[in-house]
Amino acid sequence: MDLFSLTMHEISDLLKKKETTSRAVTESVLARIASVDERVKAYLTVTADAALAQAEQADRERSSGTTSPVLGVPIAIKDNMCTEGVRTTCASKILGNFIPPYSATVVARLQQAGSVMPGKVNMDEFAMGSSTENSGFMVTKNPWDLERIPGGSSGGSAAAVAAGECIAALGSDTGGSIRQPAACCGVVGLKPTYGRVSRYGLVAFASSLDQIGPITKDVTDAAILLNIISGHDERDSTSADVPAPDFTKSLVRDLKGVKVGIPKEYFIEGMDPEVDRAVRSAVKTLEGLGAMVVDVTLPHTGYAVATYYILATSEASSNLARYDGVKYGYRASGAKDLLEMYTKSRSQGFGPEVKRRIMLGTYALSAGYYDAYYKKGQQARTLIKRDFEEAFRRADIIATPTAPTAAFKIGEKSSDPLQMYLSDIFTISVNLAGIPGISIPCGFTAGGLPVGLQLLGRHFDEASILRAAYAYEQATDWHKKRAKL
Amino acid sequence: MNYEAVIGLEVHAQLQTTTKIFCGCETAFGEEANTRTCPVCIGMPGVLPVLNRKAVEYIIKTGLATHCTISPFSRFARKNYFYPDLPKGYQISQYELPLCERGHVEIVVDGKVKRIGLTRIHLEEDAGKNLHTSEAGASLVDLNRAGTPLMEIVSEPDIRTADEAAEYLKKLRSILRYIEVSDADMEKGNFRCDINISLRPAGVKEYGTRAEVKNVNSFKFVQKALEYEMKRQAQVLDDGGKVVQETRLFDSAKGVTFSMRSKEEAHDYRYFPEPDLVPVAITAEEVAVIRATIPELPDAKRERFVKEYGLPDYDADMLTQSRALAAYYEEAAKLAGQPKVVSNWMMGELMRLLNAENREIEDCPVGPDRLAAMIKMIESGVISTKIAKTVFEEMYRSGKDAEAVVREKGLVQVSDTGAIEKIIDEVIKANPAQHADYKGGKDKLFGFFVGQVMKASKGKANPEMVNDLLKKKLSG
Repeated sequence: MDLFSLTMHEISDLLKKKETTSRAVTESVLARIASVDERVKAYLTVTADAALAQAEQADRERSSGTTSPVLGVPIAIKDNMCTEGVRTTCASKILGNFIPPYSATVVARLQQAGSVMPGKVNMDEFAMGSSTENSGFMVTKNPWDLERIPGGSSGGSAAAVAAGECIAALGSDTGGSIRQPAACCGVVGLKPTYGRVSRYGLVAFASSLDQIGPITKDVTDAAILLNIISGHDERDSTSADVPAPDFTKSLVRDLKGVKVGIPKEYFIEGMDPEVDRAVRSAVKTLEGLGAMVVDVTLPHTGYAVATYYILATSEASSNLARYDGVKYGYRASGAKDLLEMYTKSRSQGFGPEVKRRIMLGTYALSAGYYDAYYKKGQQARTLIKRDFEEAFRRADIIATPTAPTAAFKIGEKSSDPLQMYLSDIFTISVNLAGIPGISIPCGFTAGGLPVGLQLLGRHFDEASILRAAYAYEQATDWHKKRAKL
Repeated sequence: MNYEAVIGLEVHAQLQTTTKIFCGCETAFGEEANTRTCPVCIGMPGVLPVLNRKAVEYIIKTGLATHCTISPFSRFARKNYFYPDLPKGYQISQYELPLCERGHVEIVVDGKVKRIGLTRIHLEEDAGKNLHTSEAGASLVDLNRAGTPLMEIVSEPDIRTADEAAEYLKKLRSILRYIEVSDADMEKGNFRCDINISLRPAGVKEYGTRAEVKNVNSFKFVQKALEYEMKRQAQVLDDGGKVVQETRLFDSAKGVTFSMRSKEEAHDYRYFPEPDLVPVAITAEEVAVIRATIPELPDAKRERFVKEYGLPDYDADMLTQSRALAAYYEEAAKLAGQPKVVSNWMMGELMRLLNAENREIEDCPVGPDRLAAMIKMIESGVISTKIAKTVFEEMYRSGKDAEAVVREKGLVQVSDTGAIEKIIDEVIKANPAQHADYKGGKDKLFGFFVGQVMKASKGKANPEMVNDLLKKKLSG
């Protein structure tokens, strides 16, 4: 039995029954990284020694009676979450040498619960992208087909989970960055409600949209991980002070009385027919589990991509101003004065997509354009939010494809930013509305590429989408397939 | 031509909270560079601001003390610009929805009360400090000050003269100190002023083009900068030119302002709502709780002093400039029972001695009880008013009370008729010529004799008795 291929709850069971040790699991994962990561390229930093020390510590704690569902379980962290003493680069050259003096709240919570961190995983630079091709260091490959992208921006997290290079991972999602790579890599990815999980220590891309969530091998693991990372944090004013339920309690097999809304705007022309077929078939399965399918409409969907690229880039242009070569990170040499130090450091430190978005956002916030862009964008955002409120009057959850196509080839869209932006067409509105969404595997294309089903819920109602996702998962076998490497 | 100046002031006052506005770091002066910092105020990747509620309370208190409307819903905004002392590349400030709006303060100029409107008061964070070292080509940044809470108080363009500007600033400082929200100490840099000034021909309603003079850091400099700008702009207009809308700086050494940047090259700060902070909601109950903490303010105190102690406006105004001074006065007046005499002593000798050493009333070595005791000694004739000045100065220097000073220095007033007569006889004897002239009708010489007698008694002779006895003896 390959320990690295198991889920978190399976490993937890083995550990509880003393059939294995955290040390053995961690060694298995590290060995897997050593054997496949040369091809997958999920990890930017592997912290093998620290991981083994954490594993041994976890084994000691377990023998002295401590338990936790993640105690001794190797969980990879996306490289935009600060880890005290461990390099945190955001896959950007500008932070290539940055070692944070503090840990993100989610990292601290995982540590407190005794999890093991095998390392930090790749992403699109500053989480800007849908393919992980925008990493300033390397391109991560899709474990199902190494010629293809793993999705993004949490491509390293999704690929590492799919390749067995960790048991589970944390990703972050600003416009689909957890769900779309999860769909591409055939794993489960959950973006919680905005405010459910603390953003403290998550390097900001777009503050009003960013949210951390789990990327796991099945729905149970997603619920377990969400239990650990969610809840109010006094360091994050935007983290909601609402009670977080035990999400594993919502994992039941039937969907009687659950109304599943199908928005016609999400089944569009130009969509990959194989994706369309897989998702429609998944909806049938949900019906078979007792759900009632209803039509809903989200009329402002067409404005989502434009709205997102105004608001997200505006916030990003400001959030990324701190990378100026003054305090930490990359500083260009040979500058004659302050202005040159700024321009050289930023020109050399940031990659092309990041620069593009900084310029877009700077433009959108400029005097004379603010009303036409940023303000309009906020108004459109309100309309998109209302669309969902209306739809959730008729439906308890909404089902859509996660992405219009399965994983595309490396290089296929990297020269056309607009084509790339459309990869997130089904996930972006969810961040604008602030609602929770999950992507779960719902089939494969003829070429053997995973397809994702996206389920959306009301604010702070992760329980409903986890329930539907779990019921679907238990009725299907997609989640049991593993990429051959 | 005859011009009228239209002046508006923007004051930045540091709030005296114990911690910074968005993190738990101490607000402290003069500490070693970068020792009062944390990941939040250094602007590390991933950190988030958490609003210090005390800062909100202080600014609401200020709003209430200046008759502002307190916004039930207020929001923070980011002001974006690059500078090494600004670690995040933006300053968290307020833009569209400030905490306080539409207030006023009253100033007294030439005996008349004038109301200066306040446009708004908002909360924001301070930046750090750049340090330019002797090291070739290197500058350093100290972020101890970064994240210190500031309030920006923006006045309406209601000010017309440099004197009004100075009175306005003094009143503002006095209010901030009364309600204990800011030291408002210009020298420490925690009370800074930006000036907006334009001229218009007397009688014209429309505003002229204004210039902004940034970061003027003393009352005197504000007056000087205004006087200079009035002259400069008048000259430009008289020469048929146009005032350029621009930002200027004041050179305190030369007493002139000079151009820093024009409007064309002005910053575009790209303000937008701060997404990391939730809007601030203030309930009427919260406002009421804060209102209850506001003490009697300078204007009300001044009016009460006039009524209760029968003081002239001028005295009352001076004595209510600070809470400590007013408290000192009330204590001394109560103990001495002679309100005007106490006022005279405080505004005269006490202030003279304090000002000479740049000391505040809080550090005065003579407490109100001791001043009162000394005044009582005058009243009861133990010492003369003249001697009292010497006594008071000695009390101030030595920290001893009046009784001890008088005893040790033998300054008790001589009120013994025999002793005074003896001195008078000796003085008359020593000055026969003057005595003869006096008798011959030179009345003015009376003062000379008083002086001689007082001198001979080392100032201790009771002046009234000296007067009476001298008159008798000289004409005798």
